[in-house]
Amino acid sequence: MSIERCCGNNKTMSGHFFLIAEKSKLYFTFQDQAEQFFRSGHTNNWAVLVCTSRFWFNYRHVANTLSVYRSVKRLGIPDSHIVLMLADDMACNPRNPKPATVFSHKNMELNVYGDDVEVDYRSYEVTVENFLRVLTGRIPPSTPRSKRLLSDDRSNILIYMTGHGGNGFLKFQDSEEITNVELADAFEQMWQKRRYNELLFIIDTCQGASMYERFYSPNIMALASSQVGEDSLSHQPDLEIGVHLMDRYTFYVLEFLEEIHPASQTNMNDLFQVCPKSLCVSTPGHRTDLFQRDPQNVLITDFFGSVRKVEITTGALALDRDVAALESNYFQFDVVNN
Amino acid sequence: MGLLSDPQCRRALARLLLRLNTPLCVLSYLAGLTWFLLLPALAPRTYLSENAMGSTMVGEGSDLGPRALALARDFGAHKRKVGGMPVEWLEQTMFQLGLEVHRQPFSRTLPFPDEAHERYLVRGTNVFGVLRAPRAASTEALLLLVPGSEGSKNNQAVGLLLALAGYCRGQVYWAKDLIFLVTEHDLLGTQAWLEAYHDVNLTGIHSGGVPGRAGAIQAALALELSSDVLTSVDVAVEGLNGQVPNLDLLTLFHSFCLKSGLLCTFQGKLPPPEGPSGPGYAQSLRTMGLMVLGQAGGGPGGAHGLFLRFRIEALTLRGINSFRQHKFHLGALGRTLEGMFRKLNNLLERLHQSYFLYLLPSLSRFVSIGSYMPALGLLLLVLVLRSDEGEGDPPPEEARGGLLWLLPPILVSGGAGAALYLLPVRGQAVATQHFPVGEAEAVVLALIGIYVAGMALPHSTHRWVRGCPTRGWMTLKLLALLALALLLTCLALLNFSLGFLLGATLVPPAAAVRPGGSRLPLAILLVLTTPGLSLFLAVLLERELLEAPAGLGEAWQRFLGALGQGLLQEHLHGAHLSPLLCLGAYPCWLLLWNVLFWK
Repeated sequence: MSIERCCGNNKTMSGHFFLIAEKSKLYFTFQDQAEQFFRSGHTNNWAVLVCTSRFWFNYRHVANTLSVYRSVKRLGIPDSHIVLMLADDMACNPRNPKPATVFSHKNMELNVYGDDVEVDYRSYEVTVENFLRVLTGRIPPSTPRSKRLLSDDRSNILIYMTGHGGNGFLKFQDSEEITNVELADAFEQMWQKRRYNELLFIIDTCQGASMYERFYSPNIMALASSQVGEDSLSHQPDLEIGVHLMDRYTFYVLEFLEEIHPASQTNMNDLFQVCPKSLCVSTPGHRTDLFQRDPQNVLITDFFGSVRKVEITTGALALDRDVAALESNYFQFDVVNN
Repeated sequence: MGLLSDPQCRRALARLLLRLNTPLCVLSYLAGLTWFLLLPALAPRTYLSENAMGSTMVGEGSDLGPRALALARDFGAHKRKVGGMPVEWLEQTMFQLGLEVHRQPFSRTLPFPDEAHERYLVRGTNVFGVLRAPRAASTEALLLLVPGSEGSKNNQAVGLLLALAGYCRGQVYWAKDLIFLVTEHDLLGTQAWLEAYHDVNLTGIHSGGVPGRAGAIQAALALELSSDVLTSVDVAVEGLNGQVPNLDLLTLFHSFCLKSGLLCTFQGKLPPPEGPSGPGYAQSLRTMGLMVLGQAGGGPGGAHGLFLRFRIEALTLRGINSFRQHKFHLGALGRTLEGMFRKLNNLLERLHQSYFLYLLPSLSRFVSIGSYMPALGLLLLVLVLRSDEGEGDPPPEEARGGLLWLLPPILVSGGAGAALYLLPVRGQAVATQHFPVGEAEAVVLALIGIYVAGMALPHSTHRWVRGCPTRGWMTLKLLALLALALLLTCLALLNFSLGFLLGATLVPPAAAVRPGGSRLPLAILLVLTTPGLSLFLAVLLERELLEAPAGLGEAWQRFLGALGQGLLQEHLHGAHLSPLLCLGAYPCWLLLWNVLFWK
């Protein structure tokens, strides 16, 4: 919406006053809308989705990660802003009776593998070292762009991790572990290098709450599928495929996210209510003390969706009829830039 | 000062041990036997350890009954027409089912013809088909085997194998190759195939090579089924030389039977009642005793027994049709097999999570090696205690002129053992001249003859070389004890059951034997515990435990048969019982016999 600014037009005095009054009223509405747009302070969204387990019987961890990937993509984050790490290939595993599919609902209702999945770190590349390098940005110069987390200080990052975990650690691929201390230090490095504006950390493993206990950097919100001493349980056993297809917590998060669309106003408090103990058997937990905003005011789409920022100008541009003069201006600009 | 580092304390301890030697020995021996008898009462339940199999699930979808029966009829008809194994028909049928078919001819020279094969040379052909995994490199394989026999045995098993092959061909989820093998001449064919597949020559079989390889075999199932319907499936676990498959495979099969309602028996008996009870304990003890006897015998308990040497976990499933009312169709067994193969397909490594050495009081309970080994340890303790017997006595005044005088007794005993091991089979021509019976019986009778002759060998061989002290029998006894202890320790690691049975019979005479005084009771004890007689008593005991007690005449016939089988298995499959008894236990026993008749 733009206002035609009258300049050089002949208007009556009352017309001027009317226009000025209208203009100021509209100005204040735009101010509100501008407030709304800049409520969160971020200008771009990134997602780092990690599945840390391999082997056929850990099918559900890959399905978990792909469900979140699917939701995040649907809500607007493009592949260039998603770093997807899958430790094993379930869709093309010889044991998969439905090749090229990964299902999240039994009776094969929903194929989360879909038609286009861009996996950035696959198979044995999913290691603790690579994960920490992605987060902190200490990556060898030859790494392709798709494998980098090119976030800045106005990025909101969603980090989702799933696999097998314990009290204070998460197992990567049966051969190594990442501890909660390492993770907290990585996030502090990100904060000091101004690599994020706000961070949402979701983890779906056994004793997941132990992973966010040690965080100490500001602007981090964390969710976990179970408390220390509890196991996160699997869901959706499918006899045809022969494995459990999803974990409970992520299954219900997926169902919740399926209701979200890019313009939703649902906030984080609703996400905290997902999967109560009656459905999940374990007790999901969350941590918001490091986060500066009230979760009530944090939209789901602040992290799961992508922001298309529109800057409202209250000023107007003078469009000169002198094209030649404009072109010469642009050429000057070009010369300066080159 | 420490208990053992203080010389005073040490001497006191040694004196105490010497004084209480005999009571401690008796106590230790009885404790060993009691420990063994208590094992079935304290056995924990079996459980599935392998995560790849435990956290996955199977929905069976096959109905193989009608197809299996039709194929079985076909197979039987062609078998009768050809008068042996219908190789061409099998090849053609497997090819039509979509498998990659190969045949493997083999021939074998028997050491002596037994009742089953009336000739020295056995020829046969194995036929097998490989179902290649659609999306995996052929690095691993699973095997289903039917040992083909003469007559109408195992026809339905072949039918079920072919029907299962056809069903499996239509599935896309195989990550390992499936090999469907039909062998000729039962165990001979299986041994030939295994040796050719692994490119080794263990038992001197001449065979054409196996052209179609499918990678390392992770697990194998042998199927024996000779009826259209079945009331139960009996599972055989013990294999060659007392080896057993990984407990996970047995637990897997048992869990499938429980899931599908198929009745699964062990040694032909129903499972004992749950909970502690007198009859339950008696049955568990009986089952465990039979398993110990079977393992000690060391024969392959079925075709699966030959796989264990190559560390391929294998079971034999025998379909039984008894007089029970509730019958199962072949489809039920087909579904169980399908489920088992699908679960084994999920394996990423060889079965290694569960126990490799165990005893089974029933199908749902097991005794691990950590539980049963102390029984044999307590028996060995007797030998250790006894070897301290002459320790406290002052050394004799006579010239302790070396130990060269020990050599003749040792050589004589060893020579008798070697004669017992080598002569019967090699000298069967001579034997058939002396005994007017067939070769098999002649060999067995020659064996018994040499055994008894060894007992009559001269007992004063220690005098052939000078330098033997008066109480030199103690040194000879010490040597015999050490030899026996060494044998039993090795057996504890190789074949616990054989070690325990030999220990239970040989340890009392080894501890008690001494020359002088009245030799008669000790002589009777030694004769009763000689390995040959122990074998006879074991045969009697086995019949007793199977609740089909045999009279002496029948037991004698079975005993002769067991001797023949032992010799034959040593040559055919490389069983260890014959060399261990002939070259290990018999010379030890002869040394003790020499000690008894010391002059």
